[in-house]
Amino acid sequence: MEDNNLNYIENAIFEGVEDIKLSEELMEHIEKWKDKPGNLIMILHRVQQIFGYIPLNVAVKIAKELNIHLAKIYGVITFYHFFKTEKPGRHKISICMGTACYLKGAEKISDELQELLGIEIGQTTKDGLFTLETVRCIGCCGLAPVMTIDDEVYGNLKPEDIAGIISKYTNIKTGV
Amino acid sequence: MPIKSETITIKINDKKIKVPKGTSIYKAAALSQIKIPSLCYHPDLKANAACGLCIVKIKGMNKVVRSCATEAQEGMEIITHDKELYETRKTVIELILSNHPDDCLFCQRNQNCELQRLASEFGVRESRFNKRLKEIQKDISTTSLIIDPQKCVNCGRCVEVCQNVQDVWAVEFIGRGFDMSIAPAGNLKLNNSPCIKCGQCSAHCPVGAIVEKDEVETVISALMDKNLYPVAQIAPAVRVSFGEAFKFDSGDVITKKLYALLRKIGFKAVFDTNFSADLTIMEEANEFVRRFKKNPESLPLVTSCCPAWVDYLEKYFPDMIDHFSTAKSPHEMMGVLSKTYFPKIKKIDPSRIFMVSIMPCTAKKYEITRSDEMFASGYQDIDVVLTTRELVRMTKSAGIDFDNIEEEESDLILGSYTGAGTIFGATGGVMEAALRTAYNLLTGEDLPNVDFKDVRGLEGIKEAEIDINGTKIKVAIAHGIGNVKDVLERVKIAKINNHEIPWHFIEVMACRGGCVGGGGQPYGVTDEVRKKRTDGIYTDDKKQVFRCSHQNPYIVKLYEDFLGEPNSKKAHQLLHTKYKARPLYMK
Amino acid sequence: MNNNVILVSNNSPHLYDKFQKLLTEKNLINKYQLKKFNTFGLNTYTSIIKIYPDKIIYVDSLENDIEEIVNDHLINGKIVKRLLYKNEHKNYLKSGPLPIYHKQLRLVLRNSGLIDPESIESYLSREGYRALAKILNNTTQDNVIDEIKISELRGRGGAGYPTWLKWNFTKQAQSDIKYIICNADEGDPGAYMDRSVLEGDPHSVIEGMIIAAFTVNANNGFIYIRAEYPLAIKRLEKAIKDAKEYGFLGKNILGTNFSFDIEIRLGAGAFVCGEETALISSIEGNRGMPRPRPPFPSTKGLWEKPTVINNVETLANIPLIILKGGDWYNKIGTEKSKGTKVFALTGKVKNSGLVEVPMGTSLREIIYDVGGGILNDNKFKAVQTGGPSGGVIPEDKLDTPISYESLNELGSIMGSGGMIVMDHTDCMVDVSKFYLQFSVDESCGKCSPCRIGGRQMLDLLTNISEGKSDESIIEKIEAISSAMQKASLCGLGQTAPNPVISTLKYFKDEYIDHIVNKKCISGKCKSLIVFEIDKNNCIGCHLCAIKCPVNAISGGKKEIHYIDQNKCIKCGLCFDACKFNAVIKS
Ligand SMILES: Cc1cc2nc3c(=O)[nH]c(=O)nc-3n(C[C@H](O)[C@H](O)[C@H](O)COP(=O)(O)O)c2cc1C
Ligand code: SF4
Ligand code: SF4
Ligand code: SF4
Ligand code: SF4
Ligand code: SF4
Ligand code: SF4
Ligand code: SF4
Ligand code: SF4
Ligand code: FES
Ligand code: FES
Ligand code: FES
Repeated sequence: MEDNNLNYIENAIFEGVEDIKLSEELMEHIEKWKDKPGNLIMILHRVQQIFGYIPLNVAVKIAKELNIHLAKIYGVITFYHFFKTEKPGRHKISICMGTACYLKGAEKISDELQELLGIEIGQTTKDGLFTLETVRCIGCCGLAPVMTIDDEVYGNLKPEDIAGIISKYTNIKTGV
Repeated sequence: MPIKSETITIKINDKKIKVPKGTSIYKAAALSQIKIPSLCYHPDLKANAACGLCIVKIKGMNKVVRSCATEAQEGMEIITHDKELYETRKTVIELILSNHPDDCLFCQRNQNCELQRLASEFGVRESRFNKRLKEIQKDISTTSLIIDPQKCVNCGRCVEVCQNVQDVWAVEFIGRGFDMSIAPAGNLKLNNSPCIKCGQCSAHCPVGAIVEKDEVETVISALMDKNLYPVAQIAPAVRVSFGEAFKFDSGDVITKKLYALLRKIGFKAVFDTNFSADLTIMEEANEFVRRFKKNPESLPLVTSCCPAWVDYLEKYFPDMIDHFSTAKSPHEMMGVLSKTYFPKIKKIDPSRIFMVSIMPCTAKKYEITRSDEMFASGYQDIDVVLTTRELVRMTKSAGIDFDNIEEEESDLILGSYTGAGTIFGATGGVMEAALRTAYNLLTGEDLPNVDFKDVRGLEGIKEAEIDINGTKIKVAIAHGIGNVKDVLERVKIAKINNHEIPWHFIEVMACRGGCVGGGGQPYGVTDEVRKKRTDGIYTDDKKQVFRCSHQNPYIVKLYEDFLGEPNSKKAHQLLHTKYKARPLYMK
Repeated sequence: MNNNVILVSNNSPHLYDKFQKLLTEKNLINKYQLKKFNTFGLNTYTSIIKIYPDKIIYVDSLENDIEEIVNDHLINGKIVKRLLYKNEHKNYLKSGPLPIYHKQLRLVLRNSGLIDPESIESYLSREGYRALAKILNNTTQDNVIDEIKISELRGRGGAGYPTWLKWNFTKQAQSDIKYIICNADEGDPGAYMDRSVLEGDPHSVIEGMIIAAFTVNANNGFIYIRAEYPLAIKRLEKAIKDAKEYGFLGKNILGTNFSFDIEIRLGAGAFVCGEETALISSIEGNRGMPRPRPPFPSTKGLWEKPTVINNVETLANIPLIILKGGDWYNKIGTEKSKGTKVFALTGKVKNSGLVEVPMGTSLREIIYDVGGGILNDNKFKAVQTGGPSGGVIPEDKLDTPISYESLNELGSIMGSGGMIVMDHTDCMVDVSKFYLQFSVDESCGKCSPCRIGGRQMLDLLTNISEGKSDESIIEKIEAISSAMQKASLCGLGQTAPNPVISTLKYFKDEYIDHIVNKKCISGKCKSLIVFEIDKNNCIGCHLCAIKCPVNAISGGKKEIHYIDQNKCIKCGLCFDACKFNAVIKS
């Protein structure tokens, strides 16, 4: 157990990390747990519930509130699969890189998607709309190359189809 | 204090032995001359029980146990070696190797690596398993240290030393399972983490996963460059450790051989950081006496010659900056002199001077570009810092037979020192040296007995009270940066409550034992080694004709010829520095 | 008393609502008590409705069927035959207990499905907190230990350590602070015994914890439960709150000097946190990495204080033992394994669900009598017990009576109670790969034998299943297994090779078949399947070639087609496409 009578993280400088004001409800939760030993995981649960992941600036806030080190928080976050460090996009695009899809040009589809969305595999677009990832054979080889967006399967893809498909999802957001 | 402890009797490989109660099986075996194979255990640290190599059998137990983390109990019958244990250990080594690059020939730890040694001892001759490496990039963000997670064997020593010994929390494991890896805090770059570059992680890492940034080649190129005038200085703590890589024992004082070595390597002048340590004392003791007499609320004065400690304070306790001595660290003072005073008397162009510091320290690599004041000469005052370990490699590559080298003298005047300068290398040394001179400054007399035994030794926090003509000066010494918090806390609380401050003068060294246990020192440091090196330091002190900095005739001369008075304007310009709050984390 | 009761399984709230509506409409609402119950015993059905006192059981009813039940059964007394539960002989069952309960003995699950888990009164009405009252009134701590000792209860979390001994260590440890932890992390794939107890009868676990606390002098308790069990968490929270209100928890319990409080702590997706020292790390707010034992938690546990850690099922047994006596409990079971054990019976078995049987029941009885035999009457191949730490048991060992020792002897373990039945379509290489993959994913990564050994072994198994191996591979697997068993720090790594070792022990031929003949008889290992075209059946319609995503099939119209094995990626589309059964899969 650490005992820090001196709260020396509270005043530390975290450069480049935007200060965030946490909701009253979350602050209350932190306050409730603050003095209980072993509180970190219970607090992270609530953060994950609210944000869908643990943003860096919230982690920093917690470090200051609890007077614990960021190293400790990240050690814990990355150990437990429940906690995420990246915000997942609203829609998950999975490009199949199984053999059939690969042979039928999945790479071109993947390149097109990366270019259109301006992100790499494993990343999420700035607007938080899409997360891009690759998967192994999803069992629709007959439709190769294949991608899925959330639960929807798109097959027989050509690079030129991608923009149209993507716009269906962006329109949902921008439309009234 | 050694209290008489209970002993227990156990049997190791059928041989009876008595050991103190609480001894681990691993240590008990060592007491009966048996070295149990191990990779994650380090005597400095709490056993992490990760590698699985130190397993032993205990009669009556159906599972093997990890000897590093299991206490011996009365009557235990232990088997440390048999066929099954041998085979298990060998398979585990093979597994570790399957997760480790075969880079020995290109590795800083080649011939000095605990994993390589195990592989060699167990005669691993083939790789039965496929290579499966971690795919994580090296972290080269600091000028002191390089982290290569691919070589990391997840032993946990760096984490333990950085978090629980140093209390810095710059590194931590992230992820889990096969993807678990060592990483700087918050998965940021090391340079953006709280790391203070003390290098204790590198000194404790069993393999080449955390190493000092190797600058040997930069120095070799400089030595070859006809336009340059390469000069070197040796830190106090190097003279008692460097010899370990050759035929000498820890603590053998080989100062004059080192001078000879550096000349053979090609340096045109060889200085001694002990000289500038004397200079540091002149500045710092004067600063102390001035504060003590005129400005007592600015006390305690805190020493600032350890750059890792400076970094720590700037990050974690910026509100205490005013207590810091503004005196630069000895090697920086030497740096500025080597590019101002030295070229002036030598009549050479200061831009040709290439200054190399041979240091026990990885943080000094960071320090040389720490702030504008490190360029006080108009140039970068120190061009390169080499650690003791790097100088060992360089010596060997230069083919110099150090074992039989003839002693030489250093270059005057920057190479002459007193006993006060040499003890900088051990914890308590700076304080002792400062007190020797402060006594003189306060009383006008020299001490009859200059030995302050209370400030010496390996206890984490030491306190002493010195009576100077009826004035009581209270001092504290902390080493191992993890001990600092308690000291500062007491100061802070006293100040908040307007109580009398607990100490007037505080010395801090980031490494346990001080620089003798520095992060750039030869591997394998234990308290036993620290003690031997420390003993060497104090032997050197005893041997000196002058044992107080102000008695150094060349220091007196330097002030007369060049600097004027201690704390003079010129001295301030060249020998002092400033501090500022720094971010603990940067995104 | 009104003993007309309608029980509706809680996996079908819409049926419950429908009943409520109809009963109200037809003015029957006062005549019948409508209740929900927990279905863990029989979850192969979408819904179960029990009508008392007639003891009629309807299964798989849909919303529209409710009207029929109400009209025909409740009003006209006519049983709705088509909805009746049928046993394996396709006979309709009109009354009596479901056969799945036959041979079962419900001690741990004594209340599950019978009480309202959200009502403390409901628990109280079934002797709830009677055991606590009993010990607080006139029992010493030593008496409790004796009683548990006489019962010979052993931990149900897997290792089977005598519960009394554990308690006794903690009781004897000198410390003013001690803790009780209930291990509800239940992470074995396919196991949900603890969940059913927590959801169906949370107070029984809480009562067990309070008794443990009284016995060892602990004042604080934690329930470490996986976050994936929201309903169980909700019910526990309610139960703790209610127990406090009733004075069973908190300060001065039932007016005595004894105080004890329980807090819930959530896991966060790490199986290894079921291991007791990792669990402690996790409650302490750290990465859930195990520590070496000794020292054991019973003397140096949570925050270094003496700590009793018990499994949910272990604790749920406690009140019963206190009430009925250790002697009574000791009469159930085998010589060294007493009481009952709850298993989550799944896989290729007709009735899958939770079963609770006395120790000593044979595997055959569980699978055939309770489980109703193999699905589709396929051929039994093996049964896996103990999850990723356990092993498989083949047909000729099915008559083994279940106990901690007998399962160990067979190379498996009791574990927490997962029991997965496999038939001839299951591939043993695939099965061991599955479990090993789980252990690899869940390894904490602390120690090298487990972190690297598991990964390497998984690679070797993958090679076998892909036909990329030779006989030397067995030796490598054995070397890694042995190193993992001996040199891993915690149970996860030590037992992770068990599924591999036991399948190798009983089904070595199958491995050899994969390794030497590159054949997977059950057709699970995709890479080893070969698709070929039967010259005699192919009429050259070319359909298969059109479907093939990688153009592996050649042949002109009306010619016999041919599959290029080097190109084929075994997707099976040609097999599905051919209308003339000309594509053969082997
Ligand atoms: C990898 C691993 C996972 C475990 N998971 C659980 C679990 O989910 N629930 C449990 O009660 N015990 C689990 N155990 C066993 C516990 O370590 C411990 O033995 C048990 O909780 C003790 O309770 P008992 O004596 O009542 O069985 C696990 C052990 C290991 C090694
Ligand atoms: S760390 Fe050791 S084993 Fe690894 S490459 Fe370097 S010398 Fe070789
Ligand atoms: S040790 Fe062997 S491999 Fe390495 S350099 Fe020498 S001969 Fe070559
Ligand atoms: S150099 Fe010091 S502070 Fe930095 S990571 Fe290493 S041990 Fe921690
Ligand atoms: S970096 Fe070195 S000390 Fe740190 S865990 Fe890895 S091998 Fe151990
Ligand atoms: S104690 Fe010495 S070696 Fe260690 S960081 Fe400070 S100056 Fe460097
Ligand atoms: S055996 Fe596996 S899970 Fe257990 S401590 Fe070692 S690495 Fe972690
Ligand atoms: S689909 Fe069947 S019949 Fe038609 S060409 Fe293919 S194998 Fe022959
Ligand atoms: S199995 Fe798939 S890939 Fe192979 S031949 Fe048939 S359709 Fe083509
Ligand atoms: S390879 Fe893409 S769906 Fe099968
Ligand atoms: S030395 Fe004991 S486990 Fe590594
Ligand atoms: S060697 Fe210079 S301060 Fe330590």
